[in-house]
Amino acid sequence: MLAEALFFSAVLFVIGVVGVLTRRNAIIVFMCVELMLNAVNLTFIAFAQAYGVAGQVFVFFVMTVAAAEAAVGLAIIIALFRHRQTVDLQNINLLKG
Amino acid sequence: MLPLLQAAAAATHPLNGTAAQWLWAVPLLPLLGFVINGALSILPAYHAGPADPALAHDGHDAHADTAHEHAHGDTGGGAPGDDHHEIKRHRFAWLVSIIGPGVLVLAFALSAAIYVAMLGHGGSAIEQPFIQRYFSWMPVGDLRIDAAFQLDQLSMTMTLVVTGVGMLIHLFSVGYMQDDPGYPRYFAYLNLFVFFMLLLVLGGNYPILFIGWEGVGLCSYLLIGFWFSEKANADAGKKAFIVNRIGDFGFLIAMFLMFANMGALDFVGVRAAAGSLEFGGVVVTAICLFLFLGCAGKSAQIPLYVWLPDAMAGPTPVSALIHAATMVTAGVYLIARSNFLFSIAPVAQLVVVLIGALTAIFAASIGLKQWDIKKVLAYSTVSQLGYMFVGVGSGAYVAGIFHLVTHAFFKALLFLGSGSVIFAMHEAYHTTGNHDDAQDMRNMGGLRRSMPITFVLMWIATLAISGIPPFSGFFSKDEILGTLFARAQHSTIAQAHLFGIPGTAWLYVAWVLGLAAAFMTATYMTRMMLYTFHGPNRTGEREREHLHEAPWVMTGPLVILGVLAAVGGWLNLPAFAPLGRVGALEHWLDPVVGASTARVVAGAAETSTSLEYSLVGLAVLIAVGGIALAVARLKPERLVPKREAAPEEGFEKVLVNKYYVDEVYDTAIVRPVVGTSRSLLWRGIDVGLIDGLGVNGSAYFARFVGWVGSQLQSGQLGTYAWVLALGVLVVIGAVTIR
Repeated sequence: MLAEALFFSAVLFVIGVVGVLTRRNAIIVFMCVELMLNAVNLTFIAFAQAYGVAGQVFVFFVMTVAAAEAAVGLAIIIALFRHRQTVDLQNINLLKG
Repeated sequence: MLPLLQAAAAATHPLNGTAAQWLWAVPLLPLLGFVINGALSILPAYHAGPADPALAHDGHDAHADTAHEHAHGDTGGGAPGDDHHEIKRHRFAWLVSIIGPGVLVLAFALSAAIYVAMLGHGGSAIEQPFIQRYFSWMPVGDLRIDAAFQLDQLSMTMTLVVTGVGMLIHLFSVGYMQDDPGYPRYFAYLNLFVFFMLLLVLGGNYPILFIGWEGVGLCSYLLIGFWFSEKANADAGKKAFIVNRIGDFGFLIAMFLMFANMGALDFVGVRAAAGSLEFGGVVVTAICLFLFLGCAGKSAQIPLYVWLPDAMAGPTPVSALIHAATMVTAGVYLIARSNFLFSIAPVAQLVVVLIGALTAIFAASIGLKQWDIKKVLAYSTVSQLGYMFVGVGSGAYVAGIFHLVTHAFFKALLFLGSGSVIFAMHEAYHTTGNHDDAQDMRNMGGLRRSMPITFVLMWIATLAISGIPPFSGFFSKDEILGTLFARAQHSTIAQAHLFGIPGTAWLYVAWVLGLAAAFMTATYMTRMMLYTFHGPNRTGEREREHLHEAPWVMTGPLVILGVLAAVGGWLNLPAFAPLGRVGALEHWLDPVVGASTARVVAGAAETSTSLEYSLVGLAVLIAVGGIALAVARLKPERLVPKREAAPEEGFEKVLVNKYYVDEVYDTAIVRPVVGTSRSLLWRGIDVGLIDGLGVNGSAYFARFVGWVGSQLQSGQLGTYAWVLALGVLVVIGAVTIR
């Protein structure tokens, strides 16, 4: 049971990583980050079945942080869109050295 | 100052508690004079006068003296005075006239008191030097150098000469320089010179001696370039300074070698350590040769003599004090002081003798054809210094020092006499507004009528330097040549070899050179006297009536020096002329140099009286012959003033141009050095390597690295994410894969 759960969450995590690396739309990249977080959550849950509830407690923390992050991140993206009329990451390079 | 100086002299020394305890005050007095006169010289202290154009746009700023001297450029380079506007005397000139010579009078009085104390407490029986230690100057590891003065018979002799002759020349300067706007500056430098010279002769170890050595070099530089608004004068000062640096390099190396091989630098310690050195070994020979390189620079020997004739650009009393009587004899003193080293290095002694003899004849031959009265005396000084080196080099330290003393008398007299002549000539030319050369003998002639005192005194000095008995130079020069002859017959030097040729042969060669130089000395000195004082006057019709004897403040010191030049020989009478106490100076210096001389003599028999008489007769004959030749061949009546004179031809031209040594040095050394410095050291190493690669190169490198870093900051989140992911993979891979 544990192996399957870990395999599943690994697949989810890789999907998230690939999304972050390949997509150019800021919102989709953001969603892929959420996907990676939740893949990690799933791993915690799976391990919690075997090793005690500490993993479940961690999941709550991660969800809280993810919620806050989603709020802040979406706000930034909206502000960015208002400013630049785009959410394409290739056009957003203000921090170029 | 007084209570701070904890003089820790050996409590058992016989001089303890006598006037010798005030030894430290002897050099300090001139230093005090320097401080006061130096302070006065930077005060804005001129009388403002309506006729002074320099003040009109310059005002009373502290550097007014510089502005004055720019207008003051002295065409003759020798005498004070100003052709263009009214002379401004310094407001505190009267104070300087008291302090400047005053400190020297006090210093001389104190030296005399110490001398009397030495006489009263054993005199030449005082075997150990009286050493005053003031503080530990350089305690570094094994090296312990104290600020210490050493009083023994040799330094006492030198101190008396320096303060005595120095005092007379200071007095003369009061008359000679009083109208110069830089009067206080002049006395400040002169006082400072005496301070350093006393440091040189009184120092208890080589480093202290070296401070004095460098200090007198500095003062020499400052005083040669005293009228620095003329570029030639400033250049002469630089030349003296730079040539002396070459010699000082040798001195430093010698000190390093001494410390490395003997572990001591104070005279007592080195003397003790010298006993364990191998006789004629490489170490002691190297030390002595390097020391002699220093001497050749300071005392103007071949190949480093070229600065001394140019040094005549300074005021004439400076030439008398620094470039004739005292500073240039420092090298002779150094060898006499290092007698314990030289006497165990016969090859080095041979080199000293040969260089001295060569210098003597070389400079004397140049002196034969010089027209500038001071240039004649300058080459004469170089030549006489050669004699002194022949003396100290052949282990006749007493003879060398004896000639040093008598030379100080008669050469100071000759220089001051020439100064008096130049002073008169300059005054005459100044009065009539003539711009001819006041130092060229072709413009003089017949001065005996207007300057009788100077005339008589300079003849005394001329006879003395030529070696006519009973004047002082006869005794000292004869002692040198006689000793050299004896050394050639039997001594440790004669047994040594140089370039495979036995020392005996070398010494005989040196003796012949010395005799030839003596002949030339008599000739060129007589020539100078004939052209200056005899024959018709060539100064000019209008100028003639303005020629007159110098004031008493200048002739007074001349008279004293004249007496000394005449009777100085009584200091050390030879055995064959029992006119008084025989060998007084030799007896006096015995504790310092006696052992070394005995080692060089190596048990040789005394020269037989008949041989000695014939040697003396030969020397006198040569001197008389030289004078007779000059009188017979030179006709002052036929001489024409400088501006009408035809250029010389043939060998005479070579002599007038000083064998073109300056030109050869310029081509062979100065130009290559300057060229290499310019193209390789400046353009290549400094601009190319250090500025280009070092300074600018590191900046360019930093900028390049920054540029590379900035290219990584693309601002593209995708790229960052890729780098992050790859980085994570690498880290995980590094942790998991083994």
